[in-house]
Amino acid sequence: MKISTLGYSIKQGLKNIRRNLLFSLASVGTMVACLFLFGVFYSIVLNMEHEIDDIQNSLVVSVFFNEGYNDEQIMQVGNEIKKLENINSVNYISADVAWNGYVEDVYQGDAEYVESVFGDDNPLENSSSYEITLKDISRQDITVKQLEAITGVRKVNSSKETAQGWIDVSTLVGYVSLGIILILLFVSLFLISNTITIGIAVRKEEIAIMKLIGAKDIFVRAPFLFEGVFIGLLGSLIPLVIMYFVYNAMTGYLTQHFALVSNMIEFVPVGEVFKWMAPCSVLIGVGVGFFGSLITTHKHLKV
Amino acid sequence: MVVLDHVTMEYPTGTKALDNVSFRIKKGEFVFIVGSSGSGKTTLIKLLLKEIKPTDGEITVDDRVYSKMKRKEVPMLRRKIGVVFQNFRLLKDRTVFENVAFAQQVIEKPANEIRREVPGTLTMVGLADKYKQFPKELSGGEQQRVALARAIVNQPDIILADEPTGNLDPKNSLEIMTLLEEINKRGTTVVVVTHNKDIVNLMQKRVITLKKGKVISDEEKGGYKDED
Ligand SMILES: Nc1ncnc2c1ncn2[C@@H]1O[C@H](COP(=O)(O)OP(=O)(O)OP(=O)(O)O)[C@@H](O)[C@H]1O
Ligand SMILES: [Mg+2]
Repeated sequence: MKISTLGYSIKQGLKNIRRNLLFSLASVGTMVACLFLFGVFYSIVLNMEHEIDDIQNSLVVSVFFNEGYNDEQIMQVGNEIKKLENINSVNYISADVAWNGYVEDVYQGDAEYVESVFGDDNPLENSSSYEITLKDISRQDITVKQLEAITGVRKVNSSKETAQGWIDVSTLVGYVSLGIILILLFVSLFLISNTITIGIAVRKEEIAIMKLIGAKDIFVRAPFLFEGVFIGLLGSLIPLVIMYFVYNAMTGYLTQHFALVSNMIEFVPVGEVFKWMAPCSVLIGVGVGFFGSLITTHKHLKV
Repeated sequence: MVVLDHVTMEYPTGTKALDNVSFRIKKGEFVFIVGSSGSGKTTLIKLLLKEIKPTDGEITVDDRVYSKMKRKEVPMLRRKIGVVFQNFRLLKDRTVFENVAFAQQVIEKPANEIRREVPGTLTMVGLADKYKQFPKELSGGEQQRVALARAIVNQPDIILADEPTGNLDPKNSLEIMTLLEEINKRGTTVVVVTHNKDIVNLMQKRVITLKKGKVISDEEKGGYKDED
């Protein structure tokens, strides 16, 4: 297609939208609603995943050894642990490190007092351990059983609080939003198709003349394809702009006014959210607009 | 070269608009098609434009055999044919200039060529000073000239004009016909459908007469055949 034709088609596409403003606005509106919801759900799920990651990384499973195990035996146990597949990291905590940490936590590091009571003894003599983080916290139970089966392991302490709750909610939100978004996308497609159909009906005579004086199919269809693309583009840019401001305002507000929230959750920055969401939205919007008008023009503009 | 070979057109309603019509029109000829209302003249034009398909027979224009043409090839065929429709079929929401320019935009001519060629064509049909007006602001005859300008602006090989003087007084009719004759002299094949007895008799061109879908006469330098 030639450049001048491209210009002509774009101009006609915009003209179609203006002529058929009500329907065009309805199409844009549905698309806005759809992609706004997409944005909302996407940022919720993204933040949840972020939170899940945090929890995953902070949850540790401690493995204690049989009393009197020497360094070499402990090393052996460590090697066995590393062979399990759900292990993210293994960190050795010697009895001294454990005791120092305890002193720090319980006696606020009051070394003098501690010495006066315990002398040089390390009450946690047999408490050297491996601290393990897991790749997938939902499989914690299985991994704990595997750990307990290793010879020389006396005890496995696992945290009861897991991210499972978060994971369940995140999955649910994901499915529900996918459903709603698919329905809305279908409605958008239907409305765009209707808008284009009306546009074609309004310009029926013009299209008939165009064809009779030698217009190629693509020339007749191009303005409607552009119309669909414009509707999709507008329908995706508007919610993105809204999302940008709403997201910043919401996370800012929550962090500022709810200390609990700000202690518990660290929000994903808006740039990170938009990195994938913006191109996805535009792609969905433009795609639905283009596809909607493609099938409609295909149906109605046959000679 | 336009060839109709035993062409029959029966509409789905059962009306046989053309019945076993055969003739050939050589390149550069000027031909009148006459006949009473309903005799199949517009149907003939629609067939030549490949707007409708004959129920029987074959149409060939230059080397294009209509029944063998692919959908994709139709636009190129139509670009070789300039057509003046019986009821003008101008675009109501565009000015005279835009209506003529439309024919060039549709075949994807560059904008600068359009700006250059449209005024000349409008001058030829005598509408240079009305280029900004909309069809509803024109007389019937002026609208007819716009339709003619649109048909000739792309300099087609063949011009099909369906009643191009239907709304004109004798003086203006003659002017339009003279214009078509001039275009014909430059090598364009011209086919004119008309009811205008005086002009047909005056111009002494080939005349094909249709009656109820059949060719009842085909004469060089003929005259208008009255019915009965
Ligand atoms: N689309 C159609 N469907 C059914 N019948 C049609 C159609 N178009 C034309 N006809 C019929 O075919 C016959 C020829 O019509 P056509 O329009 O070719 O006549 P015409 O010679 O151009 O007449 P006029 O001088 O009034 O314009 C008429 O009987 C008409 O009713
Ligand atoms: Mg007619």
